[in-house]
Amino acid sequence: MDILITFLTGYLPWIIGVLIGVPALLAAYIIGFEFVIRLLPQERQGWVRPWVWVGPALAFVAVFLVYPTIGTVIVSLEDKQGNFAGLLNFQHVLADFPTGDGWISIRDNLYWLILYTGFVLLFGVLLAVLTDRVPYETPVKSLIFMPMAISFVALGVIWTFMYSYQPPGAPQTGTMNSLLTTLFHAQPITWLQDKRVNNFALILAAIWGQTGFAMVILSAALKGIPGELLEAARVDGAGEITIFRRVIFPLMMPTITVVGTTLVIFSLKAFDVVYVMTQGNYETNVLANKAYLELFTAFNKGRSGAVAVILLLAVIPVLIFNMRQFRTVEARR
Amino acid sequence: MDGRPLVKGIGLLVLSVLALVACAPGSSSSNTTTGGSVNVLGTWGGDEQASFLAMVKPFTDQTGIKVNYEGTRDINAVLTTRVQAGNPPELAGLPGPGQMFQFAKDNKLVALDNVLDMGAMNSQYSSNWVKLGQYNGKTYSIFIKTSLKGLVWYDPKNFAAKSYQVPTSWDQLQSLQGQIASSGAKPWCIGLSSGSASGWPGSDWVKEIVLSQSGPTVYNAWWSGKQKWSTPEIKKAWQTWGQMILGANGANVYGGPQYMAATAFGDAGQPLFTSPPGCYMHNQGSFMNSFFDAYSTKPQTGVDYKFFALPDINSQYTGARVVAGDLFGMFKDTPQARALIKYLTTPAAQDIWVKRGGAISPNKNVSFSDYPDDLSRSIAQSMINTKLPEFDAGDLMPSAMQTAYWKAVLDFVGDQSKLDSILATLDKVQADSY
Repeated sequence: MDILITFLTGYLPWIIGVLIGVPALLAAYIIGFEFVIRLLPQERQGWVRPWVWVGPALAFVAVFLVYPTIGTVIVSLEDKQGNFAGLLNFQHVLADFPTGDGWISIRDNLYWLILYTGFVLLFGVLLAVLTDRVPYETPVKSLIFMPMAISFVALGVIWTFMYSYQPPGAPQTGTMNSLLTTLFHAQPITWLQDKRVNNFALILAAIWGQTGFAMVILSAALKGIPGELLEAARVDGAGEITIFRRVIFPLMMPTITVVGTTLVIFSLKAFDVVYVMTQGNYETNVLANKAYLELFTAFNKGRSGAVAVILLLAVIPVLIFNMRQFRTVEARR
Repeated sequence: MDGRPLVKGIGLLVLSVLALVACAPGSSSSNTTTGGSVNVLGTWGGDEQASFLAMVKPFTDQTGIKVNYEGTRDINAVLTTRVQAGNPPELAGLPGPGQMFQFAKDNKLVALDNVLDMGAMNSQYSSNWVKLGQYNGKTYSIFIKTSLKGLVWYDPKNFAAKSYQVPTSWDQLQSLQGQIASSGAKPWCIGLSSGSASGWPGSDWVKEIVLSQSGPTVYNAWWSGKQKWSTPEIKKAWQTWGQMILGANGANVYGGPQYMAATAFGDAGQPLFTSPPGCYMHNQGSFMNSFFDAYSTKPQTGVDYKFFALPDINSQYTGARVVAGDLFGMFKDTPQARALIKYLTTPAAQDIWVKRGGAISPNKNVSFSDYPDDLSRSIAQSMINTKLPEFDAGDLMPSAMQTAYWKAVLDFVGDQSKLDSILATLDKVQADSY
């Protein structure tokens, strides 16, 4: 009862205020400016109007993206006390190639970039194409899409259990190690601690979580390919593999590129799986996790900022490529 | 287009909701005579959280001040973000004195000298615990409960079955170890996994050895950053742990380095109670019995597990022990927060947690008879009788140093031959983080 009263008196007016107020404000903004624009000379109107419409979005981007980005760059040039330190933080992060902490983080991100992006795309394309040809397409796709409904944190917890370890001889409690010991009669592996496999173990968990995403989008692209095209190819005597290589694949390419670049950005931002499963221990410390640790356990804003800036620099080319790609896809329409 | 009914519907909905809102404030007259509330942030979850809530219940009953407790295992991140955003909780548990120094230095903590009854504090708390809560001569934090480290837990039935004797000297411990190993069993169980703090159980071993082997002067110089990690005393402590306890490539430890790395510290004692036992001894703090109690094998205190103190290494420093505790500080000065922090130092409050088990009170007025069983009573007694108590070195270090220390443990267990390069890395962090 208390909770209900608090909700009704404390939160509900706010919720309603926001629900009504925000659209009203936006409407007032547009109508108000439209009124002002009408007062301008005819030839100016067309120039001013678009800026009025994108204005609120630009303001949001400026406040929540541009301002913090500039702030991060400034912080990355400061020492712990907030004095200007030049590139000292970068020097520290990038020290001791190739065994330094920073380089190991960069290496880990490269693993993610190549393996995560590569396998999610590969499985996505394969599943989209293969499920397209079977009558039980929907249940299969639903099953594969299901991990998407799980947050990466929950996924990390689930896979931590799957990877758990008991010494050789003792009954294995983790799925992976019991498979390994019973099916292959091999020694159990400490999946998350053994530096030879742990990065791949983490990436596998993430691939499992994200394959559904690629599959669904690529499948939609596949369904968009007109049947007449395929039929024409068949009439011309092309085999199924040739059709895939010469017709389906090229037509899906723009979508594959867009999904691929999105995955590249995901892989550079990888954090949650690592944070939950290894906390960056045993050389699995991807850049995002390193930035987090520098800030919250070492309390070193500058170094954390430097890591964030390196990450940002790595993402920028991908962003530009992605924008170009969007534009060419648009232009083709 | 027949959008009309929809528009009408929405209009009606909005009107009725508005009417509801208009009425709502009138109906909010609650009849509680609350004395406000205090927000408390801490690291306790599960049993510990329940015990803390039980501890503050009488306070709420008496004063009407509500205590909103929020527990997080990631206190560093949560607390610093909130402090920096200018929105700290009134009271918060601190990860260790190291962070407390930092917050006090940055003027984020409220000095408690005028808040607490310092006369009572000085007479009821031992001077060590009062001093550890201070920075630059001012009191910034209090201890609510404490723990004693360097307790070796064992199953007396397993010891009796093989007629092993509880060792009282380092040499006896060594020969017991040899005896166990030669019978084909493993002397030790060690688990290092603990989220972002993975490695700390090993760091406990090292600091206990530093203190017992080289004494408080070296120990204090070391944690305060005045003595390098590569100095002979600190290096010797690592070597002692590696060669005399772990054995070559962890040969003395159940499951070897892989199992040590993959096992959560709380689960590490499980093999003590299996049949045949996976290991015979487990070195952990006085809080370990609360983890034992949660095992599916349900070991009984005093019957299935007992403890002996890790034997002294150097007779010159007999009775030197590492202790630790949970600190509390005040970030916002409100009358409610003052009342609560004052209450938390009282024997009446600490008695509640002591009776529930899992805590040793730093307050001398909490009677021994209030401890729930003989085992916790004897821990409390050992705590009081400790001749040379030194606070957990890791918790006193700056957090960057402490984190590097934990990571170093993981590296060392993985490959003991890398000790020199590990210590060199730690020296670098030390030069950089004080």
